Amino acid sequence: MIKFIFKAILRDKNRSLLPVIIISIGVFLTIFLSGFLSGVMTDVIDQTARFQTGHVKVMSKAYAENEDQIPNDLALLKADSLTQALMTEFPDYNWVQRIRFGGLVDAPDNAGGSKGQGPSAGLAIDFFSGKSGEVERLNIVNALIEGNLPQKSKDILIGFVFADKLKLKIGDTITFMGSTMYGSLAFESFTISGIVNFGVEAMDRGTIIVDISDARRMLDMENASGEILGFSKKEVYNNENANLIQNAFNAHYAQSTNEYAPVMIKLKEQNNMASLLDYIDAFSAMFVIIFVLIMSVVLWNTGLIGGLRRYQEFGIRLALGENKSHIYKTLLIEAVLIGTIGSIVGTIFGITATWLMQVYGIDISGMVTGGTMMMPTIMRAKFTPELLYIGFIPGLIAMVLGNMISGIGIYKRETATLFKELEV
Amino acid sequence: MSEKIIIIENLVKRYPVGEGEFTALNNINLTFDKGEFSGVVGPSGSGKTTLLNIIGSLDKPTEGKVIVLDKNISKLSHKESAQLRNLHIGFIFQVYNLLPVYTVFENVEFALILQKVPAAKRKKMVMEALEWVGIASMANKRPSKLSGGEGQRVAIARAMVKRPILVLADEPTANLDAKNAHAIIKTMKELNKELNTTFLFSTHDEKVMNYLTRIIHLEDGEVDRDERR
Repeated sequence: MIKFIFKAILRDKNRSLLPVIIISIGVFLTIFLSGFLSGVMTDVIDQTARFQTGHVKVMSKAYAENEDQIPNDLALLKADSLTQALMTEFPDYNWVQRIRFGGLVDAPDNAGGSKGQGPSAGLAIDFFSGKSGEVERLNIVNALIEGNLPQKSKDILIGFVFADKLKLKIGDTITFMGSTMYGSLAFESFTISGIVNFGVEAMDRGTIIVDISDARRMLDMENASGEILGFSKKEVYNNENANLIQNAFNAHYAQSTNEYAPVMIKLKEQNNMASLLDYIDAFSAMFVIIFVLIMSVVLWNTGLIGGLRRYQEFGIRLALGENKSHIYKTLLIEAVLIGTIGSIVGTIFGITATWLMQVYGIDISGMVTGGTMMMPTIMRAKFTPELLYIGFIPGLIAMVLGNMISGIGIYKRETATLFKELEV
Repeated sequence: MSEKIIIIENLVKRYPVGEGEFTALNNINLTFDKGEFSGVVGPSGSGKTTLLNIIGSLDKPTEGKVIVLDKNISKLSHKESAQLRNLHIGFIFQVYNLLPVYTVFENVEFALILQKVPAAKRKKMVMEALEWVGIASMANKRPSKLSGGEGQRVAIARAMVKRPILVLADEPTANLDAKNAHAIIKTMKELNKELNTTFLFSTHDEKVMNYLTRIIHLEDGEVDRDERR
């Protein structure tokens, strides 16, 4: 019987083509929009984690309360031993120390004067130990558009927008002026070893990056660190897992009244990420629900029109001895076959479009100029295995649901009435 | 003694029309023997099609009793009615009503698929039925490629392929020219003789009436005359 139904689907374009097109478009849109949303949101989360928050971050309680001001005078002391303890207690995470700092950068000219100055946002990471993984994590090699990574003390990387503004090139010397951990003047000259473009407006505009040993010396932060970031070795943020280690770590210091005692904060609790993560889940669910509802209504109507067109066929089949439930069952089998074909077609197109958007993306750098949010300048979709079914299953459900509703008409009519309406 | 396959006693059929009722059949009492080649004749609106629909278990009597092949039509469930038609009753319609997406072969085969007849046996039975009506060479054609006479032959093959005990034919020659009408009715007459299938026609076509061995005249829903020839 299924073979018989399949023949009719293939031969009767009126019966199959419109529903297949509708399902395909719906499935395509669901997959593509989910992939695009997931890609953009994941990029935002990923960039934020890599550059700012880690999957979890340890700071002193006082530093955490004023984090926006980067209060290095409240930084963690004995940071090396604390990092070692974190590595031992939570071996599933990589732990790295970072120091963020702000100050003024001056670019001296050949005559000993200044050819330009600008405020900078400094980031100190571990370049030289070779064990931290920070260069890979921040994707610095790919971000380098000129020059090299810092090879020795007092080498510095500078954002390309900043370099353009101050007309700086590789090998030039710049002078940083800021404040040490203890409030005195910090003053240090660096040689530009590389110019970077992270594709993140907020990073490229005023960033300077130095090795953490240089920053410690310059800011008088011996064995201190503003932040210790933890990154899951699986490289994906998992809120439940982050929650577990956060609770375990913070339990050690729950009774402490020392404002310098360390506290761990997970990604979701930083930078308003909670609402962003919740939005992702809500939007994904919304796409699927809206899709199923709209498609069901559309396919219900398509089914009704198709059903009216096929009243004659139903009448003949009743006369041949087929009962109503069997006709209804075959309608649903048809719906499954058509839904499967439409969903496969939509999934193929959806995955292809998602993949293309993942590879090429949309350049929005013109729209985020001057922005402070940590978001990429190229919006890309992201292929995830769930895209293989996120449109397929709703596509199938919508088709079957639409036909189930429209097919009820078969039952509502008396056989003889149906038979007469058919003009048999 | 002949076997009675249809027994109709005091049959009344009324349809609701607006606030009132329309009586389509009134006090019908008839019996039909196995192998009869009979017809119900009468003007439009006399109740011919209603009578055939009730005998074919497509409709239920309002009053009275209709026994077809020992089954009381009034008491059959929808599923039992479908089974009765599926196994024992063939229908032939005025406008052939072939399924346009299927070939001639598949149209005839459909009735056997419903009976879950195995594929090899189905093929043999379908080809045999097509040969009875002389259109075996058109097995792979679609209904849209057939003439009116050929279409009606396919409809006959579809009704006969399951070897039913009873065939109900509602105005089977109404859309055919005289030559085709004679050919079709002759074919049915031969099948009636060869397979002892009971044929019951609804018609007002003189050409059909000439072949019938019994003619029941209906007038305003009542039997006016039961004429055996």
